[in-house]
Amino acid sequence: MSPLLSGAIAFALGCYAIASVLVLYRLLRGPRAQDRVLAIDLLYFHALLVMLVIGIDHGSDAYFEMALLIALFGFVSTAAMAKFILRGEVIE
Amino acid sequence: MNAVPFWVEAIVAVLLVMSGILVLASSIGCVRLPTFIQLMHPSALAYTLGNWVTCLAAALYFSALARAPMLHPLLIPILLSVTVPVTTVLLARVSLHRARLAGVEGTPPALWTLRADAGEPATAADDGASDRAGGSG
Repeated sequence: MSPLLSGAIAFALGCYAIASVLVLYRLLRGPRAQDRVLAIDLLYFHALLVMLVIGIDHGSDAYFEMALLIALFGFVSTAAMAKFILRGEVIE
Repeated sequence: MNAVPFWVEAIVAVLLVMSGILVLASSIGCVRLPTFIQLMHPSALAYTLGNWVTCLAAALYFSALARAPMLHPLLIPILLSVTVPVTTVLLARVSLHRARLAGVEGTPPALWTLRADAGEPATAADDGASDRAGGSG
């Protein structure tokens, strides 16, 4: 792997780390419940991107399945939380 | 494992730098914008362009590594293009519903209240709307 690509991977991971800290600020600060739900969804998405980039770094395919699972869990948890805020119940 | 040609690594590096900048820009917008409806726009930037750029980089790199088309990383943007609009519309409805409950100025009213004000004759659709009003109220 050339230093160009490993530098780009380090840059992307650093950007994701800073972005996760900023989104974590929004998660802790709020002020509304839907802001926090959106922040959790974005954190799931950042974890997905980190998995993909680490997969490129290691040249391994196994990280792709983890990324797909994180995408699915993020959708299910966000939909459940949004439904709970909207109706007071997840399944009516 | 085969060696990856340099021009593929250069393209992958450019795509990864782009994705990092896009995700960082979206999270900066997430911190700076005040209302929830404004907050939905920077996250859409990350979900569409940032996601596509990263998954294209992964697909390109693994294709060059295996010397065969490996398109399975593109499943992730396809999956997210199905699920993200669902969560976005749900959260937008949450925002509207809570703004209505709190009585915020300038919140658009629910459609069934407009139809009730216009005094339209009761139809099957109106009955369904009033049922919903009774259920949520």
